[in-house]
Amino acid sequence: MRRKSISYAKWGYIFTAPFFIAFFVFNLIPLVSTMYNSFFENYLVLGTTQVGPNWVGLKNYSDLFAGADLGKFFLNTLILQMLGFIPQIFFSLLFASWFTDLRLKLKTGAYKIIFYMPNVIMAAAMGMLFFTLFSQSGPINSVYQSITGAESPYMFFDHVWTTRGIISLINFLMWYGNTTIMLMAAINGIDPSLYESAQIDGANPTQTFWKITIPLIRPILVYVLITSLIGGLQMFDVPQIVTNGGDALDRSSMTIVMYLNKHLYSKNYGMAGALSVLLFIVAGILSMLIFMLNRDSTATKKKKRKGGKK
Amino acid sequence: MAQLKKILAGTFAVMMTAAVFAGCGDSSSSKSDTSKSGDSAAAATSEGGEGGGDSVGDYKPAKAERITQTAEGSEDSKNTIKICTWNDEFKSRLRNFYPNYDAEKSGFKINAEGKEEVGETEYLKNGKKIVWVTTANENNAYQNKLDEDLKAQAGSDDKIDMFLIEADYALKYVNGPYVKPVKELGITDDDIKDQYKYTQEVVTDANGDLEGVTWQATPGLFAYRADIAKEVLGTDDPAEVQKSLANWDEFNKTAAKMKEKGYFMLSGYDDSYRTFSNNVSKAWVNANLEVTVDDNLMKWVDQTKEYSEKGYNNGTSLWDDQWKADQGTKGKVFGFFYSTWGINFTLVEQAEDHAGKKDGLYGQYRVCEGPQAYFWGGTWICAADGTDNEEDVKDIMKYMACDKDTLLKITKDTQDYTNNQPAMEELAKDFKSEFLGGQNHIALFVAAAPKIDCSKLGPYDQACNESFQKAFKDYFLGKVSKDEALKNFYTYVKEKHSELKVPS
Amino acid sequence: MAAPIDAVGAKSNSQQILVRRIVCYVVLTLFAILSLFPFVMLIINMTKPSGDIQKGFSLVPGGFLWKNFKTVINNSDWKMLNSLKNSLIISGLTAFLSTYFSALTAYAIHVYDFKLRKPMFTFILMIMMVPTQVSALGFVKLMRSFGLLDSFIPLIVPAIAAPATFFFMKQYMESSLPLDIVEAARIDGSGEFRTFNSLILPILKPAIAVQAIFTFVSSWNNYFIPALLLSDKNKRTLPIVIAIIRSADYAKFDMGAVYMAIGVSIIPVAIVYLILSKFIIRGIALGAVKG
Repeated sequence: MRRKSISYAKWGYIFTAPFFIAFFVFNLIPLVSTMYNSFFENYLVLGTTQVGPNWVGLKNYSDLFAGADLGKFFLNTLILQMLGFIPQIFFSLLFASWFTDLRLKLKTGAYKIIFYMPNVIMAAAMGMLFFTLFSQSGPINSVYQSITGAESPYMFFDHVWTTRGIISLINFLMWYGNTTIMLMAAINGIDPSLYESAQIDGANPTQTFWKITIPLIRPILVYVLITSLIGGLQMFDVPQIVTNGGDALDRSSMTIVMYLNKHLYSKNYGMAGALSVLLFIVAGILSMLIFMLNRDSTATKKKKRKGGKK
Repeated sequence: MAQLKKILAGTFAVMMTAAVFAGCGDSSSSKSDTSKSGDSAAAATSEGGEGGGDSVGDYKPAKAERITQTAEGSEDSKNTIKICTWNDEFKSRLRNFYPNYDAEKSGFKINAEGKEEVGETEYLKNGKKIVWVTTANENNAYQNKLDEDLKAQAGSDDKIDMFLIEADYALKYVNGPYVKPVKELGITDDDIKDQYKYTQEVVTDANGDLEGVTWQATPGLFAYRADIAKEVLGTDDPAEVQKSLANWDEFNKTAAKMKEKGYFMLSGYDDSYRTFSNNVSKAWVNANLEVTVDDNLMKWVDQTKEYSEKGYNNGTSLWDDQWKADQGTKGKVFGFFYSTWGINFTLVEQAEDHAGKKDGLYGQYRVCEGPQAYFWGGTWICAADGTDNEEDVKDIMKYMACDKDTLLKITKDTQDYTNNQPAMEELAKDFKSEFLGGQNHIALFVAAAPKIDCSKLGPYDQACNESFQKAFKDYFLGKVSKDEALKNFYTYVKEKHSELKVPS
Repeated sequence: MAAPIDAVGAKSNSQQILVRRIVCYVVLTLFAILSLFPFVMLIINMTKPSGDIQKGFSLVPGGFLWKNFKTVINNSDWKMLNSLKNSLIISGLTAFLSTYFSALTAYAIHVYDFKLRKPMFTFILMIMMVPTQVSALGFVKLMRSFGLLDSFIPLIVPAIAAPATFFFMKQYMESSLPLDIVEAARIDGSGEFRTFNSLILPILKPAIAVQAIFTFVSSWNNYFIPALLLSDKNKRTLPIVIAIIRSADYAKFDMGAVYMAIGVSIIPVAIVYLILSKFIIRGIALGAVKG
């Protein structure tokens, strides 16, 4: 490998070229122009009269920090994300291990397909359906009223935590099947001989799960964590629809991208740019954090593997 | 004119902008009419308020410079009428009622389900094509798209010929650079003399030029349940019920009575909003670009808060499921503020147990004029500057918004109330609505429409109205204090329009 | 958590297994019902006239299925079938480009040793989390200046650079693509490009299938960017048409048509999903990964 690496290096560049060309044209140029915009006063008055671009330095940033509850929106994003993610990872891991358990011999085909199904409904439609479901005269309320005997319905969308709960429930339903499939693929990729030898050594199912399955699917687990963080940071359409734009209940379910959307809506390029840069930085920091985490784990794992093989 | 006098008395600062007010014309008579029916108190306080120092006039932007067309339309563009819209309403009106629409060539028909169908391409009788550019209104997409397209119009060889707008943001386009005044198209004062004045005020620019026309007028009434009226008020006669609703004091008293018998006066928080916001004494934004909240709107806040706390409303919001359900058999709500189309299309649909079966509450609703005059909805047609089909645009506008016979036919066929005073008066002489138990509600519209006052409309209304209702819903729910709600309102508006000034 | 989670292997007696199987089936069925409920609602509402839908939801279907279907299909302003076709083209090509080039890129970074390898990898990881909305305004502006409004290119070609898909592929290769295979292919005289296409891609099948579904669905349901770019009624995608149907008539929204449109739009995705889910299973069964 090492001696041949020189002659193969060019293939590394050839194979990665399309990715990076596409990235530079379609992502980087817009991204840089967005960042550039963040230092200018630049907006449309009533959709017609352009104000700016005038260089204003960091004014957009100071307005951003002074004007609105940025921290609140980041916190909302985190809360909504965790409310969906924790049950998601728990049930996905559970179902994936059931599905791949050779002794249980579950007929899993139909379940796998069904669990993933909610993901194919667009978020807007999911929002609509759940709105109907939890509305004052909706089915959930008729059940609630017949069980508790309450005279007036429970107003799910007039309370902060029920609203957040419904948003998270939708996110959970849309994504747990997805995660289950992914984890299943990972578990199926594990060499069965490992389990056989564990069995011979007298390990019980719980031990094999924690000692073999989890470490070996760690890369995919990290991937799930990262994509879910991305999804969380980008969370937009479900809360947007459920809260009808996010202003409801003192903006308690407004995520950071929904807030960005407010500035896109008003075509305030300067403010939108500043918020985008901020979001970019946060995303970068998160990515790096996970990258570090992942590198540590793969490094140790590689060492172990090498030691084990020859 | 009353407005003009008030402002001039208040201050000198607005002298240069005051001339803009020429549009309000008929509103003095309407003012006195409304005061009679109850809001004299409102008028008095706001007048006092203005004398007390708040002396900056309303923001009335100058008409923007129009843009010279740098490119000519292509041959194709000259043979295509391109119309921008967000829904199917005008499409349907044009297809059904514009005499020069070539229904045969366009393949237009009403199918067995009662839905309209057209072929691949639509045509006028002179052979020109019609192209609809439909953008859904979601998330302001329609206006964003329209702004971009109109901006590109001057240099484009594919010209937009017409676009549609709504009252809440009409002035943005009317005073903007991309619209062609209707008189330049050759529509005369005589053509539009029978239109309701308010429908013209909405689309009159800073120079006093009319920039658009509409086929409909949308005066609002109060639609109530006859059965509940009989039970609680002892009568279901509209004239008698109106006495119990004639002004806000009476209205509140009636609300208390409804509560006693287990009914709600109104369904939600926003139900009465328009009756207040249409009767303000100053616009949302003043000449210094400061956002100000009119006293009458704070009255809406106080009334709605009281209703929410006392259980006079059912805690819904406009268009949500429960709000709709409240209008049907299971509803416990006395009445709804609804305008023309709302009564004829929306309420009918909610009232029936089975769509089109005329069951449920069909025939159980009545209408009366309610405490204050207002309007709700309406769509205006504008000619895009740079249109390369001027003659056709003019012809469509003339037929669809000025022609008495066409408008009369629209009302007769669709029940939509149209923008022609004599025609509507004629119709009002003898009209019975089956849905309203035989009541002649057209006569009430005829009486209500001239009272509508649009002189306080401004280009920022959409953002302000939406933000105000959103911000104060949290107050009604008890999530925030009144001051916090007000502060949130200012924040929301500022986010939408950063050129505006708000108290910090 | 401890009891039910289990993996392949250890022996237990058959009765215990039976009990566990029953527990599993009960739990799984509950979740299946939960997952299917939105579909049940959707399908029931597809059969009702708009007025009935607005009365509130009930489990009793109506007789409007065919009528709603015809309303949606026949409306020439909406062009439902045409937009179905557009969505298929865009999402299909997006899924293909995204998975193929992500795999190619991940392969290069996994296998080859070149100077920029590390920096490239770090860079992709850094950009992975940037929300699309961040550059949306700039993107639309740029596409306008390229004259690519009303074109499918801006919706398809950017998929070549899909950091998240790349990352998945890279992770998958780390756990299941031994470098010895590549070495062996080289000894057999296979060219680098051929090795990737004919040897590596089949090994990656499960990963490709998984990512293809995800990419396809997210492209299929994407409203934000297409709505800003497409206005020609022959070019619209399904979510745009659904938004138009939702706002078609302000006095009485035809909810029957809205639900029907949503229904019509999820059926093809369900089919694509069903096809690919078999793929995954077969890919796994082929035993692609053996150290």
